[in-house]
Amino acid sequence: MAASKTTDVLFDPVFKSNPIALQVLGICSALAVTTQLDKALVMSLAVTVVVACSNAIIALIRNFIPNSIRIIVQMTVISSLVIVVDQILKAFVPSVADQLSVFVGLIITNCIVMGRAEGFAMKNGVFRSFLDGVGNGLGYSLILVAVGFFRELLGSGTLLGFTILPLATEGGFYVRNGLMLTPPSAFFLIGLFIWVLRSFRTDQAAKDPTRD
Amino acid sequence: MTLEEIGSMFFKSVFSENLALAFFLGMCTFLAVSKTVKNAFMLGIAVIVVQGVTVPVNNVIYRNFLREGALSWTGISYLNNVDLSFLGLISFIGTIAAMVQILELFLDRYLPALYNTLGIFLPLITVNCAILGGSLFMQERDYTLAESVTYGFSSGVGWALAICCLAGVREKLRYSDIPEGLRGLGITFITVGLMAMAFMAFGGIDI
Amino acid sequence: MDSENELNDNLNDAAEETHESFNPNSFIGTLSVAVVLCLVCSLVVSVAAVALRPIQQRNQENKMKRNVLIAAGLWDPETSTDQDIPEMFKSIETVAVNLPGRAEDAPIPGTLNEEVDLNTYNQVKAAKDPHQSIFIADEDVDDIAGIKRRETVGLAYLVNDSSGKLETVVVPIYGKGLWSTLYGYIALEADCRTVRGITFYQHGETPGLGGEVDNPKWKAQWVGKEIISADGVPDLKVTKPGNATADNQVDGLSGATITSSGVERTVRYWLGEDAYGPFLDRIREQ
Repeated sequence: MAASKTTDVLFDPVFKSNPIALQVLGICSALAVTTQLDKALVMSLAVTVVVACSNAIIALIRNFIPNSIRIIVQMTVISSLVIVVDQILKAFVPSVADQLSVFVGLIITNCIVMGRAEGFAMKNGVFRSFLDGVGNGLGYSLILVAVGFFRELLGSGTLLGFTILPLATEGGFYVRNGLMLTPPSAFFLIGLFIWVLRSFRTDQAAKDPTRD
Repeated sequence: MTLEEIGSMFFKSVFSENLALAFFLGMCTFLAVSKTVKNAFMLGIAVIVVQGVTVPVNNVIYRNFLREGALSWTGISYLNNVDLSFLGLISFIGTIAAMVQILELFLDRYLPALYNTLGIFLPLITVNCAILGGSLFMQERDYTLAESVTYGFSSGVGWALAICCLAGVREKLRYSDIPEGLRGLGITFITVGLMAMAFMAFGGIDI
Repeated sequence: MDSENELNDNLNDAAEETHESFNPNSFIGTLSVAVVLCLVCSLVVSVAAVALRPIQQRNQENKMKRNVLIAAGLWDPETSTDQDIPEMFKSIETVAVNLPGRAEDAPIPGTLNEEVDLNTYNQVKAAKDPHQSIFIADEDVDDIAGIKRRETVGLAYLVNDSSGKLETVVVPIYGKGLWSTLYGYIALEADCRTVRGITFYQHGETPGLGGEVDNPKWKAQWVGKEIISADGVPDLKVTKPGNATADNQVDGLSGATITSSGVERTVRYWLGEDAYGPFLDRIREQ
């Protein structure tokens, strides 16, 4: 990342090199927790906190990390943070934490977290690494919240539990789209999302690592 | 476990609760290594092996060390009610990393031919959420050892099946005329979505 | 911006100074970094886990109690909060009930069990523990709820009105639906035949189809149904949607035949003679 301005460090991952849409990282959890917007929001927050804190901690101790056990040190820091976040969620938002089930734990294997720790925090200062973490977390959140927004709105007619489109089964006009609540819809939505994004920004298409 | 239970669990983990298509686990590698059937098949085999080993090993660790009251075998009464299940996450990931490393060394030493073809895929597996996810599901659903052996193996098979199918489709897609912006990643997601729908149709079949 | 960079530089300088005297890549360096890191991480993780455990346990307890209150129809989602739970639970007596056992010396089914500690007894966990449960899926018993193992001691919640008269009996139920095991509570009126309410708090059914067991409208139609016949045998029927006419019939969920019949069999099992039936008989006699 050649960007030298601090704001670029923060905003580049959100718009220019979004970790999910353009680098195809960390989508595992992105899909399973997006049936409702509140789950998506809590998950976004958890990932942002973990990636920002792990980046900051790794950057802080980067000069003390022996090369040979580099990966395991990063892994330990990240998993400790994830456990702490998991425990906090279970204590303070128990109902959402129940629904997120194993996916909070799976933040450990989220490629964004490891990728940023290894790729950015090992080479940069504490504050910049922290911002980079926040930026990547926000980029991830953007997609997650967008997918969650459409899935909850079209699938249940609600947003954050409040009725937006009254359901036909309850006297309203909206016939819910059950597909939106099942796993395949998340794939379709992200596929369409990428389509839209790439139609406007043709330069991104060439960078696609999975392109044939 | 009776044969019937094993069969039912196998069917469920391969089809209706497929790790990749129903729980979206291991997506990063799922998309990146599904360009050719050959590579997809190799990775699939590696996942089956690692999953088949790590889930039972983690099960033993969880049941004997971490679960509430699991330490009572030590005979120290103070440890009877200790609940270390919050450490599940960190010990599972540690076990997985260690098992992959051991597997790599073992293959290198005894089966060099296999190591040369599978070797490059093994490190990818350490950070594959399907593997950690399998162990976490084992903890959440509180499987017995026999169940975890079955579950580990069959969820690996499910994942391998999914990636091979996707690779087959993608090989054919190369000759298709796809709108510019949708090429590559976009169409892959849509394909995976369609496959997930097909796999969902297995749901509700009870054997 | 300058101050940020300065801060970074300072941190970097500090790091580099120590760098000279300390070589992390040496054997001793690697080992000491690993040890220090492990100590710090384990300390942080343990402190978080231990400090937050009481709150988590209270959450668990409140969740269970809240569901009992929901089933009994005492919980108003608009106004009730977790703070009201202890107050609302004052009128509720929790008892442990001996469920029919297999062993020779099993206690008489339906009697109260005085041995278990009501504060710590976890029925869901007991169902999986071989010492506290029995295998019920063998040939001579029909495991209609599809649960394979069942605990030998079950909890029941007796809701009394202000004069101390029994008003509602709430018992836990669980059984297989289409994808998953549904966990919930069912509340019966003091006659032990009429439904006061039903709720499911955990399941993995298809959202929009089987997942509609959570729909308040569907749950509302259970209220007042007479699902146990005069001689104490459950005769509940979950019919095809729109076909429920009799008092013992409930409309099924549309598009979710398997979930609907799973709910029917679960309720039949738990209120029947193989589970809480003997206990309900005793209450009826009183």
